[in-house]
Amino acid sequence: MDVETLANALVAGILTGMVYGLSALGLSVIFGVIRIVNFAHGELLVIGMFAALVLFRWLGLDPLLSVPLVAALLFVFGYLLQSLVIRRVAHLADHMQFLLLAAIAIAMVSGCLIVFGPDPQGVQLDYALDSFAVGLLVIDKTRLYAAIAAVLVAGLLLAFFKYATVGRAIRACADNYLGAQVVGLNVGRLYALTFGIGSACIGAAGCIILLLVDVHPYLAPGYTLLAFIVVIIGGMGSLFGALLGGVLIGVAEAMAAVVIQPSLKTAFSFALLIVVLLLRPQGLLGKAPH
Amino acid sequence: MSAAPILEVRDLDLFYGDAAALEDVALDVGAGEIVAIIGANGAGKSSLIRTIHGIEKPRRGRILFKGQDIAGWPSHRVADLGIGQVAEGRQIFAGLTVEENLDVGGFLPRGRATRARNRDRVYALFPRLAERRGQHAGTMSGGEQQMLAIGRCLMGEPELIMFDEPSLGLAPAIVQEVFGIIEQLNRDGITVILVEQNVAVSLKLAGRAYVLENGRIVLSGTGQELLDHEGVRQAYLGM
Repeated sequence: MDVETLANALVAGILTGMVYGLSALGLSVIFGVIRIVNFAHGELLVIGMFAALVLFRWLGLDPLLSVPLVAALLFVFGYLLQSLVIRRVAHLADHMQFLLLAAIAIAMVSGCLIVFGPDPQGVQLDYALDSFAVGLLVIDKTRLYAAIAAVLVAGLLLAFFKYATVGRAIRACADNYLGAQVVGLNVGRLYALTFGIGSACIGAAGCIILLLVDVHPYLAPGYTLLAFIVVIIGGMGSLFGALLGGVLIGVAEAMAAVVIQPSLKTAFSFALLIVVLLLRPQGLLGKAPH
Repeated sequence: MSAAPILEVRDLDLFYGDAAALEDVALDVGAGEIVAIIGANGAGKSSLIRTIHGIEKPRRGRILFKGQDIAGWPSHRVADLGIGQVAEGRQIFAGLTVEENLDVGGFLPRGRATRARNRDRVYALFPRLAERRGQHAGTMSGGEQQMLAIGRCLMGEPELIMFDEPSLGLAPAIVQEVFGIIEQLNRDGITVILVEQNVAVSLKLAGRAYVLENGRIVLSGTGQELLDHEGVRQAYLGM
C-alpha cells in the first residue's frame, strides 16, 4: 500500500462524502424542524436520480444542470406530502409515523420498478473518464464536479436558513413551537415548506449522485440507512454536522475499500457509527440533551 | 368601560379532555384600556389568553375582536388581525439572535412591509436590544429576554397585547421597568390585557379587572374597587 493510493482514496472519499453530506442535509432539515424521521429518504433520492436520468435521455441535459429542475419537482412533491398526508399523522405516536413513511417508501420503490424496471441505468457523459492530475493525485472530473455542486447547494441552503426571513421563521418553529404560535407564524405552512426544502435538497443530491452511481430502485433503502448514519454521526439537527458526517463516512468508505476490500466499506461506516455513539452519543456537532 | 369595546368574550367554554378549564367566561375590553385578570394558579388565566389567541380551541362561545368573531381561528390569523401576546416564560427563540427574533416577529403579513421601521422603533424603545442584536437570545438575562419578547411582539404591530405573567422570575428593579414599558405602550394607544401574579401592582395599573376562579369570572370592577374589596384583599393581597 503506497502513499499515492491512500492519498487518492482520501481525496475521492472527501469528494464523495460532500455529496453524502448534501443528501443527509435533507434528512436533517426535516427531522430538525418537523421531528419526522423520513424513512422515505432514500426513495426520494432515487426518484431524484431517475428524474435526472429522464431529463438526460429526453433533453440530453447534464445531471448537474438538471439540479434546479429536479429540486423544484421534489420541492412540490415534499410540500404536498407534508401538507396532505404526513400532517394528518403528526399527532400520532412515533411508530405510527414510521409505518406511514415506510409504506410511502415501499410504494415509491414499486412505482420506480414499474416505470424503470430493476436494472441499473446510468448516464454517459463525455467527461466521464477525464481526470485532473495534481502532483501525486489523480482526481476524477465527475467526482470533483459532483462535490463542487454539492457544496454549492449546501451553501445555498445554509444561507437561506441564516439570512432569509422564511428560513429564520423555520428555525424559529424548530427552536420554540409555542413561541412560533405566539408570534403568529403559520406553523403548518412552514412545516410543509420545510419538507419541500428538505426534499428539494435530496433531489439535488440525487442528480449529483447520478454522476457517480448507476440508478436502480433497490438503491433506496441503502441510501436511507447511509443518511441516517451520516446524520447520527454529525449530530441530529445540526446542518454543519450533516456535512461533516458525510465527509467522514465518505473517507471511511474509500479508505476501507483500498486498505481492506471494497465489500467491507459498509462495515466501516457502521463501526464509525458505533464508536461515535459510544463516545459522543449526541453526535459530533449535536447538542447534548439537557 | 368608557371606550368602544375592542374585544368582547361571551359564553366561553374551554375543555382539556373532560376537564373544564373555562366556563361561561364573559369579558369586555375597551380600546385603549388596561384590563387585568387575576386569580390563583390554575384558575384559567393563561388558558383564557391562549384561547383568545387561537392556541386553544374553545368548545363553545364567541370571541369578538372589533366585532368579528374569531373563536376557533388559528393563531396566525388571530395575530394578523392585531392581537399580540407576550407569553408566560417569554418563549423567545433561544437559538436565534436578537435581530433574528425580531425579524421573525415581523413575519406576519401585517408587519412585513413596515418591518425595518418597526425594528428601529423597538431598538429605540430597548437600546439594550440594539447593543445585543447579534447575540443569541438564550444567552441573555431574564430581563433582557422579557424586553426581547415584548419587542418581538411589537414587530407584529398589535393593537391589543396580552401579557401573561410578564414579571415572573425577574429581579424587582426589572419588574418596575417592565410595568413602566406596559404603561408607556398603553399611552401610545395599545390596549392591554394583563395577567399577573403581582396582584397589587396590576390592579393599580389596570383601569378595570376581572377575578377568575376555577375557570369562571367571579368578580369584576375597576382596579381600585377590587383593591378595596374584602375578598380580593384576603385571597390575593394577603391582607
